[in-house]
Amino acid sequence: MPGAAVQSAAQSPLIEVRQLGHGYVMAGEMMKVLTDINFTIHYGEFVAIIGPSGSGKSTLMNMLGCLDIANEGTYRLEGVDTSKLSDNKLAKIRNEKIGFIFQSFNLLSKLTAYENVELPLIYRNIPHKERASIVEKSLRTVGLHDRMHHKPPQLSGGQQQRVAIARAIAGNPPLLLADEPTGALDSKTGIEVMEQMKQLNALGHTIILITHDLSIAEQAKRVIRIQDGRIVEDRGEAR
Amino acid sequence: MNLLQSIKMAWKSIIGTKVRSLLTMLGIIIGVSSVIVLVSVGQGTTSQITAQLEGLGTDLLTVNIMGRGNTTSLSLDEAMELGEIAGVKAVSPVISDSVTVKKGTTNDSVSIEGIVPSYEEVKDFHVQSGRFIIDLDNEFRIKAALIGTEAAQTFFGSEDPVGQTIQLNGTSFQIVGLLESKGSSLTASNDNKILIPITTAERTLRNGGIRSITVQANDSKQISTVKASVEAALDKKFQNADNSYSIFNSQDMLDTVNSTTQTLSLALGGIAGISLLVGGIGIMNIMLVSVSERTREIGIRKAIGAKRMNILLQFMVESTFLSGFGGLAGIGLGYGLSALIGHYTSLTTTVPYSIVLISFLFSLFIGIIFGVIPANQAAKLRPIHALRTE
Repeated sequence: MPGAAVQSAAQSPLIEVRQLGHGYVMAGEMMKVLTDINFTIHYGEFVAIIGPSGSGKSTLMNMLGCLDIANEGTYRLEGVDTSKLSDNKLAKIRNEKIGFIFQSFNLLSKLTAYENVELPLIYRNIPHKERASIVEKSLRTVGLHDRMHHKPPQLSGGQQQRVAIARAIAGNPPLLLADEPTGALDSKTGIEVMEQMKQLNALGHTIILITHDLSIAEQAKRVIRIQDGRIVEDRGEAR
Repeated sequence: MNLLQSIKMAWKSIIGTKVRSLLTMLGIIIGVSSVIVLVSVGQGTTSQITAQLEGLGTDLLTVNIMGRGNTTSLSLDEAMELGEIAGVKAVSPVISDSVTVKKGTTNDSVSIEGIVPSYEEVKDFHVQSGRFIIDLDNEFRIKAALIGTEAAQTFFGSEDPVGQTIQLNGTSFQIVGLLESKGSSLTASNDNKILIPITTAERTLRNGGIRSITVQANDSKQISTVKASVEAALDKKFQNADNSYSIFNSQDMLDTVNSTTQTLSLALGGIAGISLLVGGIGIMNIMLVSVSERTREIGIRKAIGAKRMNILLQFMVESTFLSGFGGLAGIGLGYGLSALIGHYTSLTTTVPYSIVLISFLFSLFIGIIFGVIPANQAAKLRPIHALRTE
């Protein structure tokens, strides 16, 4: 349930990244995007990954979100090495372990808020009745239960992002991955969304925030700074 | 995610783009309805012709004599001898011609047939008032005549023709019976004719030979043996000369007509089937466009946990829905059109259930087949690429 996020397995870390590296072959030359990335994230942390555009932070976010697989190194999520998993296994991990919050919200515009939040639960084969109560609870958490039958174009940017947050927390994943969540919002709604994120973290959700904005990153408990594909700073790690 | 969810999603996406979905289905609608209309017209015509041919009697052989050298016909006695062949129930030789018939000031050309009494049974043609031609009429060359309803209308109007006289080529005949109305056969009207005794006809028409004989078998199953015996008898008579006679059996005709119309139906159905195929390609085309338009949607779905199978199923169900609904609409339209054709033209239409089922299943099949490529394309999309697409 969103209100009581996973707190289990305090003994082993949620995320373990070891010697992670990634590159693309472009015009016959290897373009290194990530080099020798190492960090550990524990349950309940609120981490910001910050870096200028082109620093490799989006690539890292794709790796952490199991949307892509790194060429080198290992990435363990809840102790599972993701580097050799099939597409379907990765889809299952994305569905059960990760909640995505995107800069451009990425809601399906033809579905209502309710149906958008319901979608990951459908892919998880949760029965209809149970789904309904989870969806309502998630939308209540972000304060949008009175708008659940609106479609995204009928909602403001801030509201859309809150629907996306409700969708991310609906499946109660151990990890929330937010990619520039305030990037498409004005500063006032951006602050509201950040407050929402802090609340979720207070409820026990582990959050990784990817941003280029230092003022946003400063609101996290821990900041990992990336430049030219390498970690140049990591401060505030728990333990 | 189960099939029901895929169906719900497909339904939403079809409803979301109503005009496009309708246009996409149009190909299938036209395909299915044209298959149904063309086959129904073909079937209707076939059953109409079949019914008419069966009305001629499948236990009958029609013998036409062309003759050999100077012998161009059979005598009445020779014709009646055919009745002694095993399996033959009755023989009805006919002399026919067209003569000028006169009653008072009314003149008209009417076809005359000289007949024997067995004509009544063989042709299943009876009088509605008066009497039929009997053996005595032939024996004494009585100038008696039976008149068809149409001819009666021409010469007597609403008066009762029985008992009145009429001039055939200047000879007076007394009308002894009014034939029942039989309508038109494949060749000519059965009602605009006058029947007289065959012996009288030989004189009146100055035509001594018989060129047409109808032979009735005891049973339509014996028709081929009877045909062989009649052929043997005629071969003997004409000393095996080629083309001296021909024997026509309505069953042969029926077979010919059936195979012809079947070929025709198949060709029409095939042409319509091609339009179904084109409709299927239309569906594939739109589905491919739809996949590239919805790349981002696919990316989002994949990011939140949709497996390949989920995406594949969603698009497959969508294309199958499009073709299935198109098929249903096509069936409705096909029924409507063939009913209209049956109502407003002289064509008879019969919609066979088998073709309805086949064309519906075929349209579903087309949706599945032409949905595979786009659905597979969608399912194969990598989530990061799909998410990057605007």
